[in-house]
Amino acid sequence: MKSFKEDKIYWDSNRRENREGLKAWLNPSRYGWERISYWLQRLTGVFLLIYFVGHVIETSSLVDGKDAWNAMLELTQTTWGHLFLILVIGTSTFHSANGIRLLFTETGRGLGKPGRPDYPYSPVSLNYRQKSGIWIALILAATAMLYGANILFAGE
Amino acid sequence: MIALVNIKNSRTNLEHDQKKESEIASNRKVIHLRVYRKNPKQGKSSHFDKFEVPVQRWTTVLDALLHAKGYLDNSIAIRYSCRMASCGSCGMKINGIPRLACYTKVSEIDENIITCEPLPNFPIIRDLVTDFSDFFEHHRAMEPFIHNPNADIVDKNSLTEFIQSPKDVERYLQSSYCIKCGLCYSACPSVGTDTKFPGPQALAQAYRYFADNRDDATQSRLDIVDTKHGIWRCHFAGSCSVVCPKGVDPALGIQLLRGHLVSFSKNDKKLAESRTRSLGKI
Ligand code: HEM
Ligand code: SF4
Ligand code: FES
Repeated sequence: MKSFKEDKIYWDSNRRENREGLKAWLNPSRYGWERISYWLQRLTGVFLLIYFVGHVIETSSLVDGKDAWNAMLELTQTTWGHLFLILVIGTSTFHSANGIRLLFTETGRGLGKPGRPDYPYSPVSLNYRQKSGIWIALILAATAMLYGANILFAGE
Repeated sequence: MIALVNIKNSRTNLEHDQKKESEIASNRKVIHLRVYRKNPKQGKSSHFDKFEVPVQRWTTVLDALLHAKGYLDNSIAIRYSCRMASCGSCGMKINGIPRLACYTKVSEIDENIITCEPLPNFPIIRDLVTDFSDFFEHHRAMEPFIHNPNADIVDKNSLTEFIQSPKDVERYLQSSYCIKCGLCYSACPSVGTDTKFPGPQALAQAYRYFADNRDDATQSRLDIVDTKHGIWRCHFAGSCSVVCPKGVDPALGIQLLRGHLVSFSKNDKKLAESRTRSLGKI
């Protein structure tokens, strides 16, 4: 018997037809909190990656001397700079808190046990603990952003 | 005399029937069914057809579609068989979410327009009928059968009995309720972009046989899913478990299997494995 991967039909180009594609990643509605968590984790992850690149560029300005470094710091002192930093605070808080939850769940912890499903089926993997984890991450992020905003804007 | 009684009876029956009819008529409402139409063989582009269909409290989306097909346009292509959420053939996207048409009542949707589209992530054959070959290939790749030389039916005399406790059964029972309807595959964002990813249904089956203590292919089952496009492509969006009509909870099976792959979870020494080993077959 031909193995699954050698099967030519499998590689036919029309296999891609009607795939949801990026729409599936970008639309977090329709499927509940876990899908929103998936979307936010990815969105905040990509945002942090962009921030990280910017952060390396910013700090590397130090090799061009004190003036260059100060000019860079000035950027963060503007209103837009503040707003950007608040977003960094929020995304990193959410990403780390929810990320720690995911590290547990994605290795089979805190999900509950398989059992005899009864109608109306409610999947144990989408249990209250998971949902609370997502809400806690969101609340932590909101609190951190408020705290950051208070320091950044009140300090002016 | 007898005839008179009969006439009287049939009259009351008639009155009764008329009353029932008017009751039913007052319960009846009309909904708009929007049906996705595409016939790739004719090379025409897709469009939606609209039908007005009378429904009652108990009308399912499949009933409504069959009404449209029976009385309004017999060219609508639908696939269905059991009409009772057992065969897994009537999956489609109903108002944006993958569902079984026979298991979804119109009254549940609570909207006047019901939109039926083919399941996303499956190539379209025609209208609401999609091609499951890929999906079944992924399922087959998981070797969805018990691996166990002791249970080989070639030599009936050497057959061994495997007694399972209710606890043993509960470890995999819910995963074995899968009807291969493809709703989970359709809801999964990873399947949406990766044709080589086995998807929730297949991975739940990988777990189903892994967790069965009659099966002795523990390591090879892990090897099958531990690939570049394998189980690690799951990001626990959980949508598979949201849409599954049979309570399989594929997301649970996938995460539990991953626990075994990273050796965080211990696999109880399997009955089947220890027997095979004792017979010198591993
Ligand atoms: C405490 C620190 C962090 C933790 C615990 C953490 C954890 C995680 C976890 C568990 C995921 C989800 C993986 C999945 O969906 O299966 C994830 C996704 C991601 N992380 Fe982090 N992360 C951290 C910091 C960062 C940082 C600093 C960056 C950027 C430089 C980053 C970039 C990303 C990206 C791009 C994703 C999306 C990938 C995906 O959707 O799978 N993470 N992170
Ligand atoms: S796991 Fe559930 S949703 Fe997926 S194919 Fe099986 S029965 Fe359908
Ligand atoms: S017709 Fe069989 S599952 Fe709907």
